[in-house]
Amino acid sequence: MYASVKKLTGWYLGVGMVALFIGGAMGPLQKLEHVGINVYPALQNVGLNSYYQGLTIHGVLNALVWTTFFIVGFLTFATVNSLERDLTHPKLNWASFYIMVIGLVMAAVPVLLNTATVLFTFYPPLQASPFYYMGLTLVVVGSWVGGWGMFLTYYAWRKENPGVQTPFIALASNITMAMWQIATLGIATEMLWLIIPWSLGWVDGIDPQLARTFFWFTGHPIVYFWLLPAYVSWYGMVPKQVGGKLFSEPLARLVFWLFLLLSIPVGLHHQYLDPSVPAGWKIVHAVLTYSLFIPSLLTAFNIIASMEIGGRARGGTGLLGWIRALPWDNPSFTAQNLAMILFAFGGIGGLTNASYNLNLVIHNTMWIPGHFHLTVGSGVTLTFFGIAYWLVPKLANKPLFSNKVALWQAWTWFAGMLLMSNGLHILGLNFGSPRRTMLGVAPYASSDWQPLLIEAALGGIILGVSGLLFYTNMLGTVFSKKTLTEEIEMPVAEPLDPHPAPAWLDTWRPWVVATVVLILVSYGPLLVNLISNLNLTSPGFNALW
Amino acid sequence: MIHVDPRERNFIIGTTILLLIFGTAVLVSSFAFGFQVPAPVERLDPKLVATPGQSPWGDPVEERVRELAPNKYEVYILAQAWNFQPREIRVPVGSTVTFMVTSKDVQHGFRLDGTNVNMMVLPGEVAKLTATFDEAGTYNFVCHEYCGVGHHTMYGQLIVEP
Repeated sequence: MYASVKKLTGWYLGVGMVALFIGGAMGPLQKLEHVGINVYPALQNVGLNSYYQGLTIHGVLNALVWTTFFIVGFLTFATVNSLERDLTHPKLNWASFYIMVIGLVMAAVPVLLNTATVLFTFYPPLQASPFYYMGLTLVVVGSWVGGWGMFLTYYAWRKENPGVQTPFIALASNITMAMWQIATLGIATEMLWLIIPWSLGWVDGIDPQLARTFFWFTGHPIVYFWLLPAYVSWYGMVPKQVGGKLFSEPLARLVFWLFLLLSIPVGLHHQYLDPSVPAGWKIVHAVLTYSLFIPSLLTAFNIIASMEIGGRARGGTGLLGWIRALPWDNPSFTAQNLAMILFAFGGIGGLTNASYNLNLVIHNTMWIPGHFHLTVGSGVTLTFFGIAYWLVPKLANKPLFSNKVALWQAWTWFAGMLLMSNGLHILGLNFGSPRRTMLGVAPYASSDWQPLLIEAALGGIILGVSGLLFYTNMLGTVFSKKTLTEEIEMPVAEPLDPHPAPAWLDTWRPWVVATVVLILVSYGPLLVNLISNLNLTSPGFNALW
Repeated sequence: MIHVDPRERNFIIGTTILLLIFGTAVLVSSFAFGFQVPAPVERLDPKLVATPGQSPWGDPVEERVRELAPNKYEVYILAQAWNFQPREIRVPVGSTVTFMVTSKDVQHGFRLDGTNVNMMVLPGEVAKLTATFDEAGTYNFVCHEYCGVGHHTMYGQLIVEP
């Protein structure tokens, strides 16, 4: 069924996985450098010039490319299969894919040529090749076009099914893409107004403070753009995979609407320590960031309750016995459940980052990569691996190469990430070790850091091995000579309570209006202030690497 | 309205109360204990900031640690790829020091070990925080924002003399 979307999704996932392979390979090299094993000189022959070029590759390919390609592919697939309706404009969705690929190539070439060693945050006035910025912009534009293809399909479905409630997976997928369209207006403005004309030499100066503010307008909701597709799976699919039901479907819908509302007006919690943002606005965003924990706490209860239904249906008894009864031999479930556990640690640690005052202790320290490797590096990425364990066999029409290798992959990721993130968190908290830094040769690095750096490096190596296990399985599946004996269906969880959710949870207008209003209130005055005091004085620096 | 299971309702109420307690603690401690984050000071032209006579950061480096009153100092630190100027600052124990940091090129960071002084240093902006030093010792200040291939060499020291 829906052959066109199968092929399209396969291509999105394939490109994303190639990106993650290259970007991921940089990770263990960084951790080795921190313990004094510097492999970068040896890699100059293959064109890797520095630690920081490798770090740029790591951030761009993992955080921007792998995520965006996987997400657009997965959500398009999920929408079509949830609505049981093919795309209305498949050419539009293919255009999205091609635009994203063109953007990826445009951005990747300067990165590989070492003319864009500015990391994935590209804070001006570090100035990369203009192609880097134009390429990243095209990746975002391509993802918008993919969203439009989804919206048109959803709109057609609503016309064809008047009065029918939108299936949960389709609704959640479309809310995620809608949030992304609004959230990326920040980065689009930064690129099109400030950075691209400046990098092309059309204007002399840039305002770094305003550029940062636009960047973080997108930079926090981007983490929800990464996370919400994982939530689509945790709510909409995992309960089915464990033989349970979705405990409270209406609250699951509410959670997605709350993420639309609250993901964006919180970006200033990344800028608590910025010089020219008034403290009052930082506090407003601090409070809003705290409110953003509510939908995540709702999620924790709802998903655990849904899995408990499954565990008990499978014969689990007692307070915790249902956990043992879960299908731990199913790698798709195991990977996602371990991802949830790691994500819970990441979320709890995130309370620190969000806190207006505690953030001072850990801002830009190793705590931060420790945090986001638990969230995007585990909660998201390990979930996507779990999804790939059923989705790639379905798309390739071939059985998974090895269940056993997949289970090893999930558990090694879990172990490696625990070690690495534990080391990084403590380095940041106790010693203030800076992030994004070649610590192996930093003159101020203390010998007290060594045991923790070794722990993190050990974790990094285990993660590298885990990554290889994943790719072995993917290649083994795609190039297998076997074919599936029976078709794999997308798992779709049924709600425990068959009554449909109330109509206000299936209505777009009030939620979108409230989202826009909240953004205007929380960002409007600050942006007016910064723009009316525009400081376009910084020339570009392109020879610092 | 939505039907919510009583156990789930209790969970929602409980966790929301917990968040309110955390949030209140953060806000109260932020206001009650003299907590500060960087806030707007002034906006400059980074191309001119190191020019003598144009700004305090243009003054000779040895004149940029200024004693305003006994045990009260103001330090004008210029961040650039890849050092801080001055890179070594000496003050007597018990001093209160206000750090005024700006960049003449790209973005940098400034984090002083053992204190709550941690700020982003942007060209065109002034990052300002104050700390009091009651214990003698050597405190590193480290650049924590990527600023090019020499980033990891960028640091300085505050020496609090007994």
